Amino acid sequence: MTADHASVPAPAGAQAAGVREGLWGALQAGDEYAAAAVVFAAIDAGMSAEDVLLDVIAPVQAKVGTEWAANRMTVAQEHTATAINERVIAGLSHQPGAPAEATLGRITVACVDGEWHALPARLLAETLRLRGWRVDFLGAQVPTLHLIEHLHTTGPDAVALSSSIPTRLPTAHATITACQAAGVPVLAGGAAFGSDGRFARLLGVDVWAPDARAAADRLAHEMPRTSLAGTHQAVDDLPHLADQEYTLITQSRPQLVKQTMAELEATYPPMRAYTDAQRQHTAEDMAHIVDFLASALYTDDRELFTGFLSWTGEILAARGVPADSLTPALGLLAGQLSDFPRATRFLSGPHGHGDGLEAVIPSPSGGRV
Amino acid sequence: MKTSKRPSSRPRVDTRLGALPDAAPCPLLVADPAGVVVERNAAASRLLPGAGTGARLHELGLEWLADAHERLAGTGHSARLESEAVTGQVGDRSFEARPTRTEDGHIAWWLADNTGRRAAEEALQVERERTAFLAEASNALLATLNVDRCMEVTARLAAKYLADAAVAIGPPAGRGLPLTYGSGDHVERAHVDADPAVVPGLEEALQGFPPVASQWIDPASLPEWAVPPGFDGPTGSVVITPLPGHGIAAGALILLRRSSHSAFSEREEVFAHLFAARAGAALSAARMYAHQASITSTLMQELLPPQLEQVHGVDFAGGYRPSGQRERIGGDFYDVHPGSDPGQETLAVLGDVCGKGLDAAVLTGKIRNTLQALLPMADDHERMLNLLNGALLNAEHTRFATLVLASVVRRERTVRLRLTSAGHPAPLIVRSDGRVEEAETQGTLVGVLPECHADTVAVELAPGELCLLFTDGIIEAKGGPLGDAMFGEQRLADVLSDCVGLPAEAVIERIQMLAAQWIGQGRHDDMALVAIAAPRHAHLSAVDGHTRGRYTA
Repeated sequence: MTADHASVPAPAGAQAAGVREGLWGALQAGDEYAAAAVVFAAIDAGMSAEDVLLDVIAPVQAKVGTEWAANRMTVAQEHTATAINERVIAGLSHQPGAPAEATLGRITVACVDGEWHALPARLLAETLRLRGWRVDFLGAQVPTLHLIEHLHTTGPDAVALSSSIPTRLPTAHATITACQAAGVPVLAGGAAFGSDGRFARLLGVDVWAPDARAAADRLAHEMPRTSLAGTHQAVDDLPHLADQEYTLITQSRPQLVKQTMAELEATYPPMRAYTDAQRQHTAEDMAHIVDFLASALYTDDRELFTGFLSWTGEILAARGVPADSLTPALGLLAGQLSDFPRATRFLSGPHGHGDGLEAVIPSPSGGRV
Repeated sequence: MKTSKRPSSRPRVDTRLGALPDAAPCPLLVADPAGVVVERNAAASRLLPGAGTGARLHELGLEWLADAHERLAGTGHSARLESEAVTGQVGDRSFEARPTRTEDGHIAWWLADNTGRRAAEEALQVERERTAFLAEASNALLATLNVDRCMEVTARLAAKYLADAAVAIGPPAGRGLPLTYGSGDHVERAHVDADPAVVPGLEEALQGFPPVASQWIDPASLPEWAVPPGFDGPTGSVVITPLPGHGIAAGALILLRRSSHSAFSEREEVFAHLFAARAGAALSAARMYAHQASITSTLMQELLPPQLEQVHGVDFAGGYRPSGQRERIGGDFYDVHPGSDPGQETLAVLGDVCGKGLDAAVLTGKIRNTLQALLPMADDHERMLNLLNGALLNAEHTRFATLVLASVVRRERTVRLRLTSAGHPAPLIVRSDGRVEEAETQGTLVGVLPECHADTVAVELAPGELCLLFTDGIIEAKGGPLGDAMFGEQRLADVLSDCVGLPAEAVIERIQMLAAQWIGQGRHDDMALVAIAAPRHAHLSAVDGHTRGRYTA
């Protein structure tokens, strides 16, 4: 985190911890009413709206994610908590402390198409608004075309793009290039771009920021300017795409899943006892694997793929789902993709099958990603 | 006549020049290490009459040659001189001088007139810069369809390449003039309350008709607002250039140069003209786009699905995804018409017009307007549907529609619904124990038969329970891991069953997310959803985004 620690003095930090606890309790109870009361009490006690957004709501929302991953929170609870946080943020934006007039300039904040987690982008939008920007928040999953139309219509100083899922990176790349071609510099943030921002750099964004406060600081410090030379094209960043592996694997996803399922059925005995629902889940998991493999090929980053597999392993382990059939599944997939050198390397790894790869296929005991 | 037999292309020079160098067309000057001329040929005598034997190079006014000579004379005898050519002026012509060392240690300078080449090289350089500039200008101007951005690009490029500072002026908008100042690399927008008529020629340039040429004006006549803030130094020359918009007034450009800076040459004016043509074309395209976008946006407002919120203690949430990626609207629609007071029923409508895209969307607008007019009849759904049916049958179009009506009122903590389906998938009810029931209502679609029949069913929602209205785009969405399966009603029911206790908007978001993931990159129909939920808690929504949301618990 490169957050501006100076703006969070110790007493406020201590205060934030207490407020976080209060908000967390309210979210666990699914009590929107209590959540709003906790947050507005903090505002009344002198906490700034920005600190509430970034030192209370943001970390609590992050905790929602980790608690879900650890199976200590259900999907329903997760959605409820997020919805309550959304409403609390909406309430905060009508605080009297918010600047009456936007003086700094205009910023568009949007999530990449296919990205449903709007809360991080929402936090950035509200933070920028508090700092005096005029902000257009376009919300979750904004089709690139709509975003570009918006940029032409409003002519913002910059566009802030958010994405949390690495499988959205290819789409994000197209969006980034399109925004820049329209003369608007792009600030990118969110887990999809890597904790060190390496995918943001790879895809040629003008500014990457690890969190909302750092993003706001960067924009306040120096507005990026994108080159209008007009000669840059998306493919220039990624010469490895010339091998077409990404394109071909993305196009043949249904066939790859079908084939792997059929071969798994023949070679992996426990699968014969699967219920229809379990088969469906297995197919969905295989589709996920292909999606992440495709994204890894797009970025030419094997770690993106192995990271997904180990994360999946953790998710399954937290749900008590034995993960012992990954290796045959990945092996079958590798067999189908033997004509694709990069895919083969990603699937087998430097040390052959299974280095760090956990099983992702659920067993009959139920539970799934 | 003695001829040299040496194969070298470079003539050998003796201290005493023979007949051959004397006959050479290019001037030859030989000087000793101290810079004193010892020999010259006939051509050199004609070019430099003062450079006779004994003259000092430094006294000939050829400093470039004298300096080079001094430098080379200081180097050792073995140093090769062939690559040490220097270039300079002799009178109004340019010469390249190539040195060779004579056997007795003098340096012989062979001078070649390269005036024409130099001029050609300079012209080439200028043209290259201009081509690069015009390419940069075209790229930058073509990139954006935003008028303000176009003006910024115009002002910045003009200030960078054409003048010391520039002001791009848009056609008067309301009171005053939109200005974009460019000075150095700095661009600033301003709106001044000023009359363009005070600047000679500006008003005509801004009108775009009749066509006017670029016009020089007296810098003294320039008002203060027409000089970019921060532009230092007196203004030497000013030219007003119209930006040709071809039917659309695109604006004008004021170019300013400092007194010390040379005025515009004829070639530069032509160049400014070329730039103005590009900027004008880009600006008129941007203005046309802005005009179209504003018309579209105005017309679209009526057709976009409304933002839903809590009404009279009942939670409403809606979600919409049109079929085409390009579209914002389509043939699905929903509306919520709040009851006049909490005791009155609120009417929620969700429907699907046959067809997709704009044509279907226009019809949804008509149906929504008709239903709004029929609100007083909402106590009898079947009658309302028949009136709508009549209106659709009498209209010119031949499309039909299916829809669901839900009249909703909250009594204590229970939400009472009257649901009627007209040829539409029946609403699903999610009970607090996770059971999902299909509302038992069915009826005929509207807009086809002379009369409609539909059954209305009464349903009660306990706190935390929810009723989902949806269009077939959801359940008929094709995709999944194998790419060809339908999302289906069972999957929708399973998802809903997992959603017990979720706020209405979270339920909508979850279904939309799962359906979108199911579809992936595939094609799909319009999809619309409305959730009607009985709040779990007794109190109203704590924060609805409009009020401060302050409560004393």
